[in-house]
Amino acid sequence: MLKKLDEIKQQAIEELGNITDKADLEALRVAKLGKKGVITGILKQMGSLSAEERPIVGQKANQIRGEIESLIKQKQAQLQQAEQERKLAAETVDVTVPGKKPEIGHTHPLSIVLDEVKEIFSGMGFDVVEGPEVEWDYYNFEALNIPKGHPARDTQDTFYITENMLLRTQTSPVQIRTMEKRNPPLRVIAPGRVYRSDAVDATHSPLFHQIEGLVLDEGITMADLKGTLEAFAKRLYGEQTKTRFRPHHFPFTEPSCEMDVSCFKCGGKGCSMCKGEGWIEILGGGMVHPKVLKNGGVDADKYSGFAFGIGLERLVMFRFGIDDMRLLYENNLKFLEQF
Amino acid sequence: MILSKRWLNDYCKIDIDDKEFAEAITLTGSKVEGWEHEGEELKNIVLGKIAAIEKHPDSDHLWVCQVDIGAEEPVQIVTGAQNLKTGDYVPAALHKSVVAGGQKITKGKLRGVLSNGMLCSVAELGLTVNDFPNAIEDGIMTITDECELEPGKDIREVLRFNDTKIEFEITSNRSDCMSVTGLAREAAATFGTKFNMPKPIVNKGHGDVNEHLKVTIHNPELCYRYIGAVVENVRIKPSPLWLRERLRASGVRPINNIVDITNFVMLELGQPMHAFDLRYLEGNEVNVRNAKAGETITTLDGEERTLTEDMLVIADAEKPVAVAGVMGGEYSGIMDDTTTIVFESACFNGYSVRSTAKALGMRTESSSRYEKELNPESCMLCIMRALELLQMLDAGDVVNGMIDVFPTPKPEVTLPLDAKWINDFIGINLSADEMTAILEKIGFTVENGIITAPYFRNDIEHQADISEEIARFYGFEKIPNKKLGGVAEAKLTEEQQFERLVETTMRAIGYNEISTFSFISPKAYDKILLAEESEMRNSVVISNPLGEDTSVMRTTAIPSMLEVIARNYNYRTPGGKFYENATTYKSNGLSELPDEKKMLTFGEYGPQSDFYTIKGTAEELLAVLGIQDAEFVAYKNSATFHPGRTAKIVVGDTELGIIGEIHPNVCKNYKIGAKTYIGYLDSSALFAIKNTERVYQQLPKFPALTRDLSLVCDKQLEVGALKRAITQSAGKILEKVELFDIFEGAQVGTGKKSVAFSLTLRSPERTLTDSEADNAVQKALDALIKIGAQIRS
Repeated sequence: MLKKLDEIKQQAIEELGNITDKADLEALRVAKLGKKGVITGILKQMGSLSAEERPIVGQKANQIRGEIESLIKQKQAQLQQAEQERKLAAETVDVTVPGKKPEIGHTHPLSIVLDEVKEIFSGMGFDVVEGPEVEWDYYNFEALNIPKGHPARDTQDTFYITENMLLRTQTSPVQIRTMEKRNPPLRVIAPGRVYRSDAVDATHSPLFHQIEGLVLDEGITMADLKGTLEAFAKRLYGEQTKTRFRPHHFPFTEPSCEMDVSCFKCGGKGCSMCKGEGWIEILGGGMVHPKVLKNGGVDADKYSGFAFGIGLERLVMFRFGIDDMRLLYENNLKFLEQF
Repeated sequence: MILSKRWLNDYCKIDIDDKEFAEAITLTGSKVEGWEHEGEELKNIVLGKIAAIEKHPDSDHLWVCQVDIGAEEPVQIVTGAQNLKTGDYVPAALHKSVVAGGQKITKGKLRGVLSNGMLCSVAELGLTVNDFPNAIEDGIMTITDECELEPGKDIREVLRFNDTKIEFEITSNRSDCMSVTGLAREAAATFGTKFNMPKPIVNKGHGDVNEHLKVTIHNPELCYRYIGAVVENVRIKPSPLWLRERLRASGVRPINNIVDITNFVMLELGQPMHAFDLRYLEGNEVNVRNAKAGETITTLDGEERTLTEDMLVIADAEKPVAVAGVMGGEYSGIMDDTTTIVFESACFNGYSVRSTAKALGMRTESSSRYEKELNPESCMLCIMRALELLQMLDAGDVVNGMIDVFPTPKPEVTLPLDAKWINDFIGINLSADEMTAILEKIGFTVENGIITAPYFRNDIEHQADISEEIARFYGFEKIPNKKLGGVAEAKLTEEQQFERLVETTMRAIGYNEISTFSFISPKAYDKILLAEESEMRNSVVISNPLGEDTSVMRTTAIPSMLEVIARNYNYRTPGGKFYENATTYKSNGLSELPDEKKMLTFGEYGPQSDFYTIKGTAEELLAVLGIQDAEFVAYKNSATFHPGRTAKIVVGDTELGIIGEIHPNVCKNYKIGAKTYIGYLDSSALFAIKNTERVYQQLPKFPALTRDLSLVCDKQLEVGALKRAITQSAGKILEKVELFDIFEGAQVGTGKKSVAFSLTLRSPERTLTDSEADNAVQKALDALIKIGAQIRS
């Protein structure tokens, strides 16, 4: 009988090897271990054995049963794993099919760069202020040391509402308005729309954006202007950026300057972007003219300051390689979605 | 301003590479825009001398020339020109040469005869007969002995067509730099060389000017000074080469010796001059006066101009003969038979010249200088220089004396030299002596601590102006770069934070930011079918617009949004969502500035869009802003919108904005073939009631019960009313009511609809029982029945 039991085990191992699905496995379990199974059959025959043999066979039968049971469990686990693998394989997707994109809105390129500029100046302690676009001649010109008849008025072709009311040609009137409202020390930037009577083409628009800056405090010098604007240029275009300050003329600053940055495309060697000069002009500025301080109600003997103006469109066009200003106001979705 | 480098060198010797010159002088304040070498494109063209000329054997119009080019053997060149003879000097473009316009010349056969190049006309060299008056238009240029006649020499050298033209951007405060001497002074100061100002000397003439001319200034405010000088026996002829080449390189066409002298002086010294033919000055009078209304003058360009009373003219006893400082009259201009002339050296008010030139639409070399405001001190120098040149050119006989009427001299500008102020202002540390040295280089005088500005610097009036002179010659690049010191706190204002939140939300919901013009066409109000009497038509109007399309400031951004949608629709983009926090302008009349209001304007079109998407946008935004009690009220009063698909958004009495479908007629006006939805919200109204403070709400500890309510009611009964009835009646345990279905159809009967809500009920203190929930639902149902709804069976 002991031999029979060993044969049963051997046979079970062989049969298990051939089984590939759960139902067959269950049938095998019943055939081997069930109430009518072969092991039970052996145990039923135990009555015919001697008292010495009985415990030996009984022990052996239980051992074999246990072994078969665990083999079946193993097999069961194997089958389950195989089945899951089959299922997962069947669920394979084509990962190259495009995803289901959530619809998000895009920021206009003018805002992208403006936000950057705001952040840079905010980091240097500048508040952001605003002023009206429809403005008095006084704030746009007179108070900025550009009296009626001043030739500088010609370079800024102005849209007038009345003789004294106009669309501001620059954000500089916000300088005066800020001086009237706040006392030094102060640091502000004032971004906004400005208007000039220029016909629309690739580099002109009757409406564009400027960012005005104003710093007033005791002991502010041209060195502060240079340091601040250089820091701005380096943060905007990277630490490797070089700056160059050229004398220029604005009626409301004295001395006045324009700041060039080393061309961000060629690094200053000269290329098509910088027209071979290696430099790109990005802003104008200067020490606030004492007359302007006086017009703003600031004590020019105590305080000095500097101001600057940045053309936003220029920055944006250079940043993104946009060659036609009209694209910024056309609002073609295919354009907007690129940013 | 175009500067001839050759001319510059007459006053200061500067031998430096063009790029280096440009950079250095740019950094002291005279910005170089670019430079150009005259005749640069000409290659391998030399002076040739016709050694022999004979008829082409096979042609009746071609000539075969043997041209001496300084080599052992002459070269043979065939030409079709008929103006040549043996001994003529000509420009010879040799084999492999380039003429003006870039055309390449190579040797070849003309009717079987070898031609080793081409003989050139003036035009083929990029010149004109004004530059070389002996030359003819249609023929080969023959070169006279005013040039160095050395066969084989490069033609650019022979003709002195090899100057460098430097273009400067001159700022409006520096009228003095609109001249060669002005720029020479700057250049000399930049490079540390000596500057020599011309000091003209006029030899004694004959007669007395007073017998020929009378000058009266009737308006000394607009004419500060007028000097007249008379020249008799004028000999009109071309100017010499040295003078012509300087004019040419400055971009001015040589004409004849008299006209050229006036232009030369203007370019050299920066003050325009004029010459009249005395024959045509009625009564031998010069009257500087305002024009009479309706007076006309035919200017030198041949145009008849009608003058107005605010324009200043030079008149004889009867009529205007020149528009002062702008342009002379044709009638009294210099002609070939002119014998007696008046030289005018005058100074006019800049603003007057500028507005006159602008009104007449003729900005000239003259007006562009006067308009920057000149100083009458220069008048004497200029007339002396003109007379000196006249004598040098032997162009006439000077009559002794000048008539100098000088009613309005300008005061001299003096300022103390305050070195400490300047150092503190610029952030440098120079001694008073160092500052003095800089100032003296550019024509200032400093004596006993007092600075006197030179007369030609009309931009100096304050210590700050002096500091700029110091700074630019000390060198901007040498001023240290300093980081701003002190503590500064920068922070977005509450409004700015709010705007940022609104815009971030709009983009998160899928709307693309746009940027549109603030001015629109007044016709846009018609296109959006705004009522004739609507207040929204009361725009701020631009008095001098570029065109009607951009002539009024918008009171609403709806037309801007519609234009963007129309454009994208036209580009065949199937759909799109856009927003702009757009400024609108509400007129307050002409004596007050308008209100500039930001209107968050959003629009969409395409297959994804319907009324409920635009409404959802508004709801989501309001939720983000913590505005909970906004109501959407059906709105039929705007012709811009669909009468049945538009809602006004209100909170209490405050109107926040409107959302809705654009009326099909408006879409048609904009040629939009898709349903279009637009909404706007008043940004300041939103800001006033927003509640973006957040307080943590305990998460529920006890489970919720849900009950669905399926109702039938009249079609007209608004879902909002049903919802309100539920929320007002179901009691505290009602957490949430959500609409989950609306259905109309035969099953519910005509004129009826079925509406289904899902109610969530919860107590924060305990688990609700079914009967508590049922009770609440029953109360809600009772209230619903009162307003005409019933349980759907």
